[in-house]
Amino acid sequence: MQKTRISIMFEALQARNKKAFIPYLMAGDPDAGTTLQQVLLLERCGADIIELGVPFSDPLADGPTIQKAAGRALKSGTTLRKVLSIVRDIRSQTDVPLILMTYYNPVFKYGEKAFIHDAIHSGVDGIIVPDLPPEEAGELIKLSRQGTGGRRLDTIFLIAPTSTPMRIKKIAAASSGFVYYVSVTGITGAALEIDEGFRRHLDLVKHATDKPVAVGFGIATPDQALKVAQIADGVIVGSALVKVFNETPDQAENLIRGLKEAISK
Amino acid sequence: MQSTYIGRPTPLYFAKRLTEKLGGAKVYLKREDLAHTGAHKINNALGQSLLAKRMGKSRLIAETGAGQHGVATATGAALVGLECDIYMGTVDMQRQALNVFRMKLLGATVKEVDIGSRTLKDAINESLRDWTTNVRTTHYVLGTAFGPHPFPMLVRDFQSIIGKEAAAQILKAEGRPPDCLIACVGGGSNAIGLFNEFLDTDIRMIGVEAGGKGIESGEHAARFADGSIGVLQGCKTYLLQDNDGNVLDTHSVSAGLDYASVGPEHSHLKESGRVEYTFATDDEALAAFETLSRTEGIIPALESAHALAEVIKVAPVLPRDSIIIVNLSGRGDKDVQQVAKIKGINLCA
Repeated sequence: MQKTRISIMFEALQARNKKAFIPYLMAGDPDAGTTLQQVLLLERCGADIIELGVPFSDPLADGPTIQKAAGRALKSGTTLRKVLSIVRDIRSQTDVPLILMTYYNPVFKYGEKAFIHDAIHSGVDGIIVPDLPPEEAGELIKLSRQGTGGRRLDTIFLIAPTSTPMRIKKIAAASSGFVYYVSVTGITGAALEIDEGFRRHLDLVKHATDKPVAVGFGIATPDQALKVAQIADGVIVGSALVKVFNETPDQAENLIRGLKEAISK
Repeated sequence: MQSTYIGRPTPLYFAKRLTEKLGGAKVYLKREDLAHTGAHKINNALGQSLLAKRMGKSRLIAETGAGQHGVATATGAALVGLECDIYMGTVDMQRQALNVFRMKLLGATVKEVDIGSRTLKDAINESLRDWTTNVRTTHYVLGTAFGPHPFPMLVRDFQSIIGKEAAAQILKAEGRPPDCLIACVGGGSNAIGLFNEFLDTDIRMIGVEAGGKGIESGEHAARFADGSIGVLQGCKTYLLQDNDGNVLDTHSVSAGLDYASVGPEHSHLKESGRVEYTFATDDEALAAFETLSRTEGIIPALESAHALAEVIKVAPVLPRDSIIIVNLSGRGDKDVQQVAKIKGINLCA
C-alpha cells in the first residue's frame, strides 16, 4: 500500500521543521472552471495540501460564508459526482494533496464503497466528514484503509475544544494523515481567540497522538496563522479565503501569499 | 407540575357528533390541545427545561415550525428562569405571526432564519450551529423525536404520557382498549407519544404525513410516500432528497409538518410494519379543520387536522362498535389567520 500524498507531505515538512498551509475552497463556487484556476493559484502560492468543500443543502458545521458558497455551488449543479470530475481535472495538472470535506448524506447516497473507489481513482487523498462521528464511521474507515489498486484514502476526524481526553484518543485513532483540531466551539468562520485555554487543550491533543495535528475554524489573518503555526503542525484557512475569492478576487493572491509567509516563518 | 401547571391528564373526549356524522367507528379525541400553551409540545419542553436547569445551564434554545414548540420552550424558560432564544424560519414567522408575538411576550428572543427553505429544517440547522457554539452554557431543547441521540428517545419518553393516559382513560370509558390510533407525523413526537404505550399490542396505528398539494406535484412533506433513507441532522431516517443526497424543499399548509425528514423511530416502525403511514393533502386537512370546528366546537391545529382527515376516511368503513383514538395534538387558534388568508378573507379590514 502506498503512502498517501498527505502523509508524504507532512513527513517532508517535518523533516524541514516546517508547518503545513492547508487552504479550503468550496468546489464549484461559482463554477468548476473557477475552482480549477483557484487550486492552481493556491498551489503556485505554496499551499501544501488543499481542502475542497463539497456543497450540501444543509451544511451544519458551516457559518454564513461557507453556507452561501455552498448555495452558489449547488446552483451551478455541483454534486459530489461533479466534484470528483473537478478533482480529475485538477489531477491532470498538479500533484498537490487533495482532501474532500463533505457531509455524510451525499456519501451515503452515492454508496460508501463506490464513493471510496471513485474518490481514489479521481485522485483524492483524504476525506473529512464533519457530521460523521468515529462511532458511526467503522465501514468508511475500513474501506478507506483497504483502498483500491494499492492506494488508500486518509480519514480525518475533528477534535473539538470540548473533547475529553478519552474521546481525543478515540478520534485520533480513527484518523489517518493528520488530526483536525477545531479551534473554537462553533462553526466555520467563527472568531478565534488564541488564549491559554486553547494552547492547553491543543497540547493535550498533541500528547495524545503521534499523528500531525492541524488547526482550523476561525483562522482568517496571517497574524493568526503565524500564532497557530507556532504550536500546530498545520494551519487550515477556509472562510476567509472563500470570502476573498467571492468578494474581492483581485486581493486573493495577496492574502494567500501573506498566509503562506506567516506559516513558513 | 403535570396537574397544576400543564393541566394533565388531558381529557379523552368522545366526539359524539363527529362519530354520528361519519357513521362508523366511535371517535375519541385525546385533548392535547387543552394542555397549557395549547399543544402536546409542553410535555417535552417543560421536561427538558427542568433538565437544563438541573444541569446548571443558563440558556435555552429551540427551533420551531408552527411556533408551538417555541412557545412551549419560552414558557419553560420563563417558568424555571432561563434565557431563551428561538430559531424560526422567516416563511413560518409570516404564517404563524401570532405565535411569534406570544414567544416575545414570554420573554424569549425570536431569531429569524432567512437561509435555505426558511422553514423548520433550517431552524434546526441554526439551532444546532448555536448549540455547537454555546454548548457550555446552553441546552438545546429539540422539539420533536428527531436529531442526534439521545433526543429521539428523550422526547419520546417525555411525550409517552399521552398514550399512558389514553390507555387508562379508554379502559374507564369503554372497558376495553381501542382498535385504532391515529396521529399526524411531522417530526413525529405527538404520534410516538400516543403510540409508545401500545407498541407491544396488535392495535392498529396510523401515522399521517403532510401530502401538501399531492405527491405527484412534488410539493409535499410525505417522507414515507416519496422519500428514501438518508442521514440528516444527526440521525438515519427517511428523507426527501435528490439523487445526489441534497435535501429537497417541502410544502405543507401546516408549518409543523413542513419538514423533509422524520423521527428515526418512525422509520423503524415503518420498516417493521408495526405502524401504517399515509398522508393527507392540504385540502383534506383544511376540510377536516372545518368539519371538527362545526361538528364538535373544537378548532384543531392544522397539523392535527391531518390526523382528523384520516379519521374521516377510515371511521366510516370501520364497524360501529370499533374505537378510534385520534391525537388532537394542538389547538387551531394559531392557524385562524392563515386559514382566513387561504379563504381570501381579510381579518384586518
